[in-house]
Amino acid sequence: MGDSNSKIPVSSVFDPVSTPAHEINVIALFSIGITAVIFVIVGGLLTYAIVRFRRHPDDDDREPPQVYGSNPIEFAWTTVPVLIVLVLFLTTARTIYQVQAPTRPPDAISVRVIAHQWWWEFRYPDLGIVTANELHVPLSDRQSPTPTFLALESADVAHSFWVPRLAGKTDVIPNRKNEMWIDPHVAGTYLGQCAEYCGTEHGLMLLRVIVEPRADFDRWVAAQKQPPAVDASVAHGRQIFESTACVNCHTIQGTAAVGRFGPDLTHLMTRVTIGAGVAMNTRDHLRVWVDDPNVMKPGALMPAMNLGDKDLDDLVAYLATLH
Amino acid sequence: MAGSIDHEIPLSATEDLQSLPVLGKLHEWVVTVDHKRLGIMYIAGGLVFFLVAGLQAATIRLQLAFPDGNIVSPQVFNRLMTVHGTAMVFLVGMPILTGFFNYLVPLMVGARDLAFPRLNAFGFWLWLFGSLLLYFSYIAGDGLYGAGSAPDVGWFAYAPLTELPFSRGNSTDYWILSILLTSVGTTATAINLIATAFCMRCEGMTLNKMPVLVWLAIVVAFMMIVALPPLSAAQAMLLADRFLGAHFFDTQAGGSAILWQHFFWIFGHPEVYILVIPAFAFASEIIPVFSRKVIFGYSVMVAASCGIAFISMSVWAHHMFSVGMTPAGNSFFAASSMMVGVPTGIKIFNWLGTMWGGKLRFQVPMLFSLAFLFQFLIAGLTGIMLAVAPFDWQTTDTYFVVAHFHYVLVGAIVFMIFAAIYYWFPKVTGRMLSEKLGQWHFWLFLIGFHMTFDTMHFSGLRGMPRRIYTYQPGRGLETLNLIESIGALVQGIGVLFFVINVLRSLRSGDIAGNDPWDAWTLEWSTTSPPPEYNFATPPVVRSRRPLWDLKHPEDPDWKYE
Repeated sequence: MGDSNSKIPVSSVFDPVSTPAHEINVIALFSIGITAVIFVIVGGLLTYAIVRFRRHPDDDDREPPQVYGSNPIEFAWTTVPVLIVLVLFLTTARTIYQVQAPTRPPDAISVRVIAHQWWWEFRYPDLGIVTANELHVPLSDRQSPTPTFLALESADVAHSFWVPRLAGKTDVIPNRKNEMWIDPHVAGTYLGQCAEYCGTEHGLMLLRVIVEPRADFDRWVAAQKQPPAVDASVAHGRQIFESTACVNCHTIQGTAAVGRFGPDLTHLMTRVTIGAGVAMNTRDHLRVWVDDPNVMKPGALMPAMNLGDKDLDDLVAYLATLH
Repeated sequence: MAGSIDHEIPLSATEDLQSLPVLGKLHEWVVTVDHKRLGIMYIAGGLVFFLVAGLQAATIRLQLAFPDGNIVSPQVFNRLMTVHGTAMVFLVGMPILTGFFNYLVPLMVGARDLAFPRLNAFGFWLWLFGSLLLYFSYIAGDGLYGAGSAPDVGWFAYAPLTELPFSRGNSTDYWILSILLTSVGTTATAINLIATAFCMRCEGMTLNKMPVLVWLAIVVAFMMIVALPPLSAAQAMLLADRFLGAHFFDTQAGGSAILWQHFFWIFGHPEVYILVIPAFAFASEIIPVFSRKVIFGYSVMVAASCGIAFISMSVWAHHMFSVGMTPAGNSFFAASSMMVGVPTGIKIFNWLGTMWGGKLRFQVPMLFSLAFLFQFLIAGLTGIMLAVAPFDWQTTDTYFVVAHFHYVLVGAIVFMIFAAIYYWFPKVTGRMLSEKLGQWHFWLFLIGFHMTFDTMHFSGLRGMPRRIYTYQPGRGLETLNLIESIGALVQGIGVLFFVINVLRSLRSGDIAGNDPWDAWTLEWSTTSPPPEYNFATPPVVRSRRPLWDLKHPEDPDWKYE
């Protein structure tokens, strides 16, 4: 199932493509530099002491001179660290304010991120779009930036939204509204996942962010606003969907299904993965998933549907038309 | 003290029991109020839980050795990581370290026991009961809902995952009660240590002449008294939420998830220092003896420890940089967290100053102590990186943090626990541990430690969050995780050498004598093991190193202090 990642670069925090991640990368390298110098000096002194002052085999067994301490030396090795801390603190505070107090241009994109056990709901209030697990955002170029501002909410327990190449993580906490922002300037797919332990399937609460040039993004938005095409050949599958418990949790626009407990399926087939990234969105995987989600994602809150083979085929055939 | 307990038990009952050799011995240990026996029981109990929780860690590493791992289910994995973390802190670190203080503080101040021997026994049995409750949850945790299950909410148990809608059954209740009980036991020990160090020092031992270890025991005890009540209060509130319909942390009824985090970490961060300052204490006794030099900057060492204790009370929210605090809040906690690095650095420099110009002997206690110095240096430096709040936004809740705190908890604390065991085992048992097996133990554990925990920094920086039960292939994590798991195996083999060494030496180790390391503090002036009353006549001291004065009458310490 992991073939889904094979063409996507590693999500290294040192490979930023968005301003918050970039700012963090700069101060990360700065602090690593400072600490590396400290390590070389102190580690070098320790090594020197160990080698130089080891007891020689022909030692005369007399005790070495006893030195009880030295106030000037103590003063020196207190002052120097204090100065280092001061410099590091000032640069840290600068970056904190830069990342946490951004200016919001008028054409910024707003997204409500609602974390659930164990998937992500994305709602674009200004565009009237709802999707899940795969966040689409436009490329932001430096001349006319179109950053995306995320309002983070949780439907149940504490989660954390983390896409390492775009920004540091921000926790998603019930009964609290958090905010973060990204302005990716390289198109591509970026992997992330929930970073705060949130129960059984915390490990597979994956997410991906798809960054596209503005024209592609607008095309995607337009497509998401359309209701899915009605296909008479899958009417039986649709009828199964509408007459079983599916509708309690899922929404498909233009049908009786208006549930909000699970992901909106209106444009299911425009998503690359299913089950919050657990598998590629192929017909075979979809069939396994609908039959019993626990096979792919043990503990997932969606129950096994217990349909017969024929009904299952028809239902999957219907879902496969939801472009 | 020994006399008083005999009066409590009807004479006939004791005689009956003593006629049965095994039961009689057991009975002696159960009714004992002797600080040495209680200390040994703390340490032995802690080591047993160390092996159990270590095996749980090994299972975690087995599961994560390969992507899409399928050794255990996510449910089992989450219980493993929760119980591993909880046990290593409350059932392993705390009892072993308080066990050492129990054993050593009265001996080092020349007293016959702790100030309140019965309170001491009470604390131990509370701790043991609490500890057993945690593992008993494996049998009973699911309560009336079905078969057993252990807590699966993570060792810091963030709300509202612990609330009834998300945690049914009783596993979370076992977690709460276990920690409540062990915390009460620990508080009792803390009071006892303070009273002993302040009131029961032998003639001539002013505060300024106490061994560094005793000073640090006082510091740790005060930190326990300050840090544990918020934890206990939070546990009580959580119990009220779960059983009495309160809503402290119940977000569905307007409670606050963040409140739990503040309560937990205002305990949790001082707790790190409660665990690591005893490691400093061991290092401050062992490094001088094996360098053949007096500790460099005694009063600065003590002052730095007090400084750490104070500052560590105001750094807790650096565990919460990602919860969405204001920039001002984040800046404050970044500053305080960096500041705590200063006194910590001073301690490393003073150990360096102690070794400088000495004649270093590389026996096993010193090997572990030297590895501790390097590893604690690295742990401190990654700690500084984590205090840089923006860097923390990337690294918190990832394997980078897992690497950092295992560098502290294993690289510093477990290494110093091993050093302390090799150093004081001869005093406690009268027999030496094997130097050769000890070398095997040290080198295997060292290599395994670095294989596992060095690599974890990099898996964290490559986007691997902590507490995930599996990861998909193709994310650049396969090689790192495999090395980490092999390292866990190597550490396990190292610990096996340690277990063999202890069992072998208990039966047939070389006889230690009173003072095998040619050391300077009071515990080495009495027999090994010490008699129940510790010292036949109360000792009188004139300096911080009374045995140095005895061995070097021409050049005693008290001339210089």
